[in-house]
Amino acid sequence: MATAVHEVTPEEASAHPKLESVVVRFAGDSGDGMQLTGGQFTLSTALAGNDLATFPDFPAEIRAPQGTLFGVSAFQINFGSDDIETAGDQPDVLIAMNPAGLKVNVDQLKAGGLIIADEGEFTERNLAKAKYESNPLTDGSLAKWQLLSFNISQLTLDAVKPFGLGNKEALRCKNMWTLGLALWMFDRDRQPIVDWLKAKFVKAPLLAEANIAALNAGHAYGETAELAGPLKQHHIAAAPAEPGLYRTVTGAEAISLGLVAGAQLAGLPMFFGGYPITPASAILHHLARLKEYQVTTFQAEDEIAAICSAIGASYAGQLGVTSSSGPGIALKGEAMGLAIMTELPLVIVNSQRGGPSTGLPTKTEQSDLYQAVYGRNGDAPMPVLAARSAADCFEVAIEACRIAVQYMTPVMLLTDGYIANAAEPWRVPDMSGFAPFPVKFATEPNAPEGKFLPYQRDEKLARPWAKPGTPGLLHRIGGIEKKNGTGHIDYSPANHQEMTDVRHDKVSGVRVPLQKVELGEEKGRLAIVGWGSTFGPIHQAVRRARRKGQDVAHIHIRHIWPMPANLGALLRNYDQVIVPEMNTGQLKTVLRDQFLVDARPLTKVSGQPFRIAEIEAAIDNALGGQGGGEVDADPTQLPEPASGHDDGTNRGAFSPQSAA
Amino acid sequence: MNDMTPITTKPKDWETDQEVRWCPGCGDYAILKAVQRTMPELGARPENTVFVSGIGCSSRFPYYMETYGFHTIHGRAPAIATGVKLANPELDVWIITGDGDALSIGGNHTMHLLRRNLNCQVLLFNNEIYGLTKGQYSPTSRVGTRTPSTPLGSVDRPANPCAFALGSGARFVARGIDVHKNLVPVLKAAYAHQGAAFVEIFQNCIVYNDDVFAPFTEKAQAQGNQLWVEHGKPLLFAGGQKGLALDPERLTLKVVDVVDGDASGVVVHDQTNRGLAHMLVEMPFGPFPMALGVLYDDPAPTFDEAVVLQNAQASEGKRPDLQKLLSQGQTWMVDKAPHVI
Repeated sequence: MATAVHEVTPEEASAHPKLESVVVRFAGDSGDGMQLTGGQFTLSTALAGNDLATFPDFPAEIRAPQGTLFGVSAFQINFGSDDIETAGDQPDVLIAMNPAGLKVNVDQLKAGGLIIADEGEFTERNLAKAKYESNPLTDGSLAKWQLLSFNISQLTLDAVKPFGLGNKEALRCKNMWTLGLALWMFDRDRQPIVDWLKAKFVKAPLLAEANIAALNAGHAYGETAELAGPLKQHHIAAAPAEPGLYRTVTGAEAISLGLVAGAQLAGLPMFFGGYPITPASAILHHLARLKEYQVTTFQAEDEIAAICSAIGASYAGQLGVTSSSGPGIALKGEAMGLAIMTELPLVIVNSQRGGPSTGLPTKTEQSDLYQAVYGRNGDAPMPVLAARSAADCFEVAIEACRIAVQYMTPVMLLTDGYIANAAEPWRVPDMSGFAPFPVKFATEPNAPEGKFLPYQRDEKLARPWAKPGTPGLLHRIGGIEKKNGTGHIDYSPANHQEMTDVRHDKVSGVRVPLQKVELGEEKGRLAIVGWGSTFGPIHQAVRRARRKGQDVAHIHIRHIWPMPANLGALLRNYDQVIVPEMNTGQLKTVLRDQFLVDARPLTKVSGQPFRIAEIEAAIDNALGGQGGGEVDADPTQLPEPASGHDDGTNRGAFSPQSAA
Repeated sequence: MNDMTPITTKPKDWETDQEVRWCPGCGDYAILKAVQRTMPELGARPENTVFVSGIGCSSRFPYYMETYGFHTIHGRAPAIATGVKLANPELDVWIITGDGDALSIGGNHTMHLLRRNLNCQVLLFNNEIYGLTKGQYSPTSRVGTRTPSTPLGSVDRPANPCAFALGSGARFVARGIDVHKNLVPVLKAAYAHQGAAFVEIFQNCIVYNDDVFAPFTEKAQAQGNQLWVEHGKPLLFAGGQKGLALDPERLTLKVVDVVDGDASGVVVHDQTNRGLAHMLVEMPFGPFPMALGVLYDDPAPTFDEAVVLQNAQASEGKRPDLQKLLSQGQTWMVDKAPHVI
């Protein structure tokens, strides 16, 4: 365990501390180990006490052909001494391991930003694969940036020469050389990486030594190279943070831990039924290693079997959980209806990705909100929650478990590919601060003459949970309409009306906390309303706008269904409501439907998270301000005005283009 | 832990107060009675017994059994039963399904349940028709079956349920007939088998596919066309006048006459012989009799046992400490309160 003592600097202590954050993007071939490099840089950055956010951006292909544009894998990290909530808009530093990595990413680099390129990879063949007609390192086309190119490949080969590795294996150490240089640039400690390499290659000590040598060589290069100009050491002060124990966590890890915690708070073993799908599989992987926490994981034959096995486990008295991404969630739809109809607890995690159909498996989107709220046959209400960040996943997962067991209902938890993969520092929660919600199974008859009524209801309208194996409570349940109370098959008109109403009322009656305003006043000229992973950019944009004196508030909705009781009244306190979403306006539609408020969409479905500047521009536009924030919105990242949405309600709908 | 001690019950104890809603004369009534007669013979406890079904006429079955019951969705009973059994391996799990439910919409789940070898009983009511949806042809309907959806006769070749089960890796495969007294011993053998026990029950749909099995179920036809196999006994039928012998040149079975009770040359049934089971289930009816009874029974480790064992081994000697789990990985302390901006 490392200790990062935070010293409050004079700048921080002043009313307007200097904001210091740096965005670094590593880009290379998908075989170059960019995600690994980024992950380790993240770790060293966390250990240095910086706040940070990351954005892994990789292709769907496992090993796309080398050197191609579509095979580029990138990892972006934003770190600094202020609260970091996004992976950053535009990189300050781009580390390009090959021409394709440069080509795909360089346009996003801030003007004046630094490019570090491995010139050893800028061969004619690789340039051609990246569709460069001439070498950008020498043709002057990179003039608006600072360029540092050296032969990282050769330098790596030299550094690992003593270990006698083959050429291919030796070149694999390139990413560690680059990491060493990056660590030097930002004054990061190498020791955690050295420890990690030793542990990773415990069975191949030679490889560990070679990688460490490459790491040290890259570091030494930065230290001793006679390079002036851009390559000078940056020191980013530690970010102020609540005291406590910290670790980095991805959304997938935090969800897994939250589910385990939720099951323990409910006093239940957990059964997880899953089927491999990007980007949700990580949850299955994490849980498969936690068997000692009374977790059974089951890799089913398909998505349908995954949810059905979880329903079966819930019926038998465990906490059933299933997880997938959009296409898999679609397959689970009928079974969700069964869980609603049989009123069994179940948690369904949807790590959303770009859609429809197979869509963009590795890119992020928030376009499954309709599917979560409405996407089943019949009147099939189900609570829906959404996590805002990797760290937030922990609490939201516990909340999903609580609602599921207390209301005997399936609950959907929405995250997305960005949250699932991104890492951020997380203050390890103290479990004693969470109130347990132990499940009480039915053990005794609940009606006269020793009868058991499986659909008798408590004050929350929840039915009793009697698990098979309990003497005296034999009963039958099923997806067919049943009589309230006895659960016997009953198609009669009055009963179906009653049961439909009671299912609706039960879910509508789920108690959710009142809606708070994240930033700003509870009334005013403009509210920016978000959900899920857009929290970061919205929060930063509203913070910046408020520092400029703009009357804008940030409202973030965790409980998508049912919505907080005060939300409608709250939204009506603002002259304008803008809803930024990575879809074509789904939450906006729900808000309009539920509360008759004039919510307007700000939409983006490029597979990339919102930029702060895009939201700042929207705020300026709405408030009649002038221009965007620090950087201009990139029109190539934004939808055409006509593509915003088409439900006929968008006269005057805000489009970011109109800000430009 | 559930109380697992066998108890004494009567068939009546397994009946619910629900009105049975199958068509008068439906074969399902006979199967229901056979199951209710079997349960006391097993010493089974109603509270430890779970019937899981999919969708179709047969899948109404759980409502009529005084046990725990789950009438699920079309084709998915094996998947739900898997969750039930893994969550509580002490439960006796029976899956009730039909030819459409198990082999069409739920074929994938049936296959995987059998290959994983979940310890449960699968009773497939095969009537070669979709009854509940009013008579369309099913995946087991013979070529030429005329139904509302195939007015000119079906053209696709049918699935053979027992061959499907063997091909999927089932370790117990049996056949019975709805109204035949031998159904009870077949069900008892299925229950005794540790692992997935697959039982195809020929069930007459009196409304949409009446008498489709009459060529071997009719009284007059039964003796000549039913071959009830018994482990360790020669494969005889037609009152012992005929038997099945191996045709060594073609490596298939052939029908031979048994003269003067001399059954030498007739294959002796070995229920652990997978190859023989394949031959028995693939015999074309007509030239051959219908093989019935326990065709294959060769237990193998079950999925639920393996899961329980692996969970136990992985947990052995570990003291689960959630707080410790949360604090895993590389951590750091922040020990000063933040300044206020």
